[in-house]
Amino acid sequence: MTTTPLAARGPRAWWRVPQRQVPVLATLALLLVMYGIGVSQYRAFSNIQVVFNLFIDNGFLLVVAVGMTFVILTGGIDLSVGSVVAMTAMVSASLLNDGVHPALVLLIALLIGPTLGFAMGCVIHFFDIQPFIVTLAGMFFARGMCTWINTASIPITDGFWTSAAQERIRIGENFVTVSVLVALAVVAVAAYTLAYTRLGRNVYAIGGNQQSALLMGLPVGRTKIAVYTISGLCSAIGGILLSFYTLSGAPLIAIGMELDTIAAVVIGGTLLTGGSGYVFGTLLGVLVLGVIQTLITFDGSLSSWWTKIVIGGLLFAFILLQRLVGIRKK
Amino acid sequence: MSQRHPVLTMTAISKIFPGVRALDGVDFRLFPGEVHALMGENGAGKSTLIKVLTGVYGTDAGTITLDGQQVSFAGPMQATAAGVSTVYQEVNLCPNLSVAENIFIGREPRRLGAVNWREMRRRAQELLARIDLHIDVTEPLGSYSLAVQQMVAIARAVDVNARVLILDEPTSSLDADEVAQLLRIMRQLRDDGIAIVFVTHFLDQVYGIADRITVLRNGRLVGEYPTAELPQIALVEKMIGKELDALERLDSEAGRDRAAITAGQPLVAADGLGRTGSVAPFSLTIHAGEVVGLAGLLGSGRTEVARLFFGADRADQGRLAVDGEPTAIRNPVAAIGRGVAFCSENRRTEGLVGELSVRENIILAMQATRGWLRPVPRRKQDELVERYIKALSIRPADPDMPVRNLSGGNQQKVLLARWLITEPRLLILDEPTRGIDIGAKTEIQRLVAQLSDGGMAVLFISAELEEVLRLSHKVVVMRDRQLVAQLDNDDTLDADRVMRAIASGARQEELEKA
Ligand SMILES: Nc1ncnc2c1ncn2[C@@H]1O[C@H](COP(=O)(O)OP(=O)(O)OP(=O)(O)O)[C@@H](O)[C@H]1O
Ligand SMILES: [Mg+2]
Repeated sequence: MTTTPLAARGPRAWWRVPQRQVPVLATLALLLVMYGIGVSQYRAFSNIQVVFNLFIDNGFLLVVAVGMTFVILTGGIDLSVGSVVAMTAMVSASLLNDGVHPALVLLIALLIGPTLGFAMGCVIHFFDIQPFIVTLAGMFFARGMCTWINTASIPITDGFWTSAAQERIRIGENFVTVSVLVALAVVAVAAYTLAYTRLGRNVYAIGGNQQSALLMGLPVGRTKIAVYTISGLCSAIGGILLSFYTLSGAPLIAIGMELDTIAAVVIGGTLLTGGSGYVFGTLLGVLVLGVIQTLITFDGSLSSWWTKIVIGGLLFAFILLQRLVGIRKK
Repeated sequence: MSQRHPVLTMTAISKIFPGVRALDGVDFRLFPGEVHALMGENGAGKSTLIKVLTGVYGTDAGTITLDGQQVSFAGPMQATAAGVSTVYQEVNLCPNLSVAENIFIGREPRRLGAVNWREMRRRAQELLARIDLHIDVTEPLGSYSLAVQQMVAIARAVDVNARVLILDEPTSSLDADEVAQLLRIMRQLRDDGIAIVFVTHFLDQVYGIADRITVLRNGRLVGEYPTAELPQIALVEKMIGKELDALERLDSEAGRDRAAITAGQPLVAADGLGRTGSVAPFSLTIHAGEVVGLAGLLGSGRTEVARLFFGADRADQGRLAVDGEPTAIRNPVAAIGRGVAFCSENRRTEGLVGELSVRENIILAMQATRGWLRPVPRRKQDELVERYIKALSIRPADPDMPVRNLSGGNQQKVLLARWLITEPRLLILDEPTRGIDIGAKTEIQRLVAQLSDGGMAVLFISAELEEVLRLSHKVVVMRDRQLVAQLDNDDTLDADRVMRAIASGARQEELEKA
């Protein structure tokens, strides 16, 4: 019997980029172009410290966005992150103010976020409720807790906290902060988890087709709960980094941060419907937001609202781009 | 075989869905090293029995034993771990993941806890080579055709060191070559001692490979028979529970006078119509009352031709005339306005709205043609819906049942009813009988013949040549996205000649490649 192969296709040409990496590369190109514009317009922009500052100023956003990436990859959404960040900072500030040992404070602060995330994940999975609604409830709950702890902002004077905040890690002429190292470590761990662990691969599978994932025998429920727990943990870490950055806990801080992180994730090339995207893209997405901010600061004459306008435009552009890539695939 | 112990026994299984008793005291046993066909009409409970076994659904009564041990799987994961591996009725993989990963996800080769991608690729390639599938395993699965996806699903199921392999209608989207390949693999596995459950509506495949047949009807067990002792006619009778003459063979319906039909002006005429990258330019006329059969292998461009006529894709070359008047059908709304209806092969993604009831799904297209301001009166709805539920024997015959809860074949019938009800002038049917049991299949064929007698033009796409030949006045052969032949269906035309038209092209291509 001569059987013709079902589909013969030669090896991929080396220059052909896999379709799913196009959005990330587009983001990378965008980032380079914007950085190029900055360097050509302002002399001080070419200072390497400008790049480091991007990480210093956006470290907490990056960590939270990494957690959001996990959630969005499964096709879900987590609206509670901003509030959880604020709550973590509030709890830390308040406990430190009461004289609790900083190590214990760290531990408690790191537990609150994942616990709430775990609870939301369970509700989403066991009661089969839209993540949008569940995490919206989580968002109100966490924000409520902030004001319940204190209606005014609490300054942090603890020695460990202030040294963590002010410690400058020198790299040649320039420096970064502890937060930057923490954020990069989170990115590395997350990228590894997504690419090389079963948990990570299950996340992609669920985003591709949840029903299929179930029938393929993958632990869908466990993975979904894990993803919201991870997002909670990232928010908690983000909250601590934010409290390093501001050296205080304020009940109304990080309002709307969930939207910034979603924007960063989407600009980073992750599909909102799930199943496609990379943590590296999210890193680029956060940097893009950071560069926009920096450019507008350098200009000095533009109001900071321009940041929002540009981000809005970019979001549109990237969603269109993803759409186009999707159509071409068909 | 009887002195051996069954690897799997299911005893007195019952499963009740709200309002439907899908399984009622069903027994089933499976021996190592056999292919066991599970047969029954649409909605008989075949897929449900499988899902109960693998733990997708819980049982309401009954016991399952595997290797003499009573089991109750909490889900497919446990079933797979215990050596029961399944390819479900609809392709159930993740289109966004690579081919290799689709095969191995859940049991990826790992080194020091990390997924070993290189090893995974190598093993995937090896596994697929065994079934003659030579594709780039790093590409996302979604970039390949349905047939390839189906083969990948089977490769996945085969690789898990299964003792029991369940295939629920695995052949419905494969063409003849691919089916032959699949059957070959099944034989190989059977000889290795694996027990295989095979669900299909193709009787010749059953008789080609099955050792034993279990028949279900309306959720009840009819009986278990060695294939050799159950003639084909008897099998059909057991499935439908009626004497076969109630089904009476549908003889060549296309005997009607073709000259008279094609005398006047064609209803639609395509002149050099084509779309770059989709179908090469072709010319084709369809007259009122004419059935044009579209034959060709999977992926030969049959569906693409249909989509051009329906405006689902826009032609970028050539002209189209309706009633002799040049028109460009730019989108489906325009097509529907001109009396064209398109019953898609892809009921899951393009056709039905699972949450809506059978009634609502059937009325949908008709309502759309009338415009939303003129609702179809409820009485008329009921009347029409009832008529088509009966005509197509949709089961359960409950207009208020959400379509999602219907069996695969019955969903297909609902989709068909939706378009029939609009009484189009040109009806395009893309694989309308795929996954449909033979009773209903004959009903659908008869209906098509009736409709064309009544003056409706039909473009009939099917992978089953007998069906195409029986119904069509003219058979159009597609190959490699080109229209390669138009054959009048007179006395001289038989399956052989059509096959040759399909194949000669294929052979030519091989020559060109060499
Ligand atoms: N989730 C569900 N909820 C309610 N009813 C269901 C559900 N799944 C199946 N049914 C009903 O159970 C019966 C058996 O369906 P099943 O899918 O097992 O049929 P089948 O034999 O596989 O048919 P086909 O050949 O069409 O695939 C049908 O009447 C169907 O409507
Ligand atoms: Mg079925």
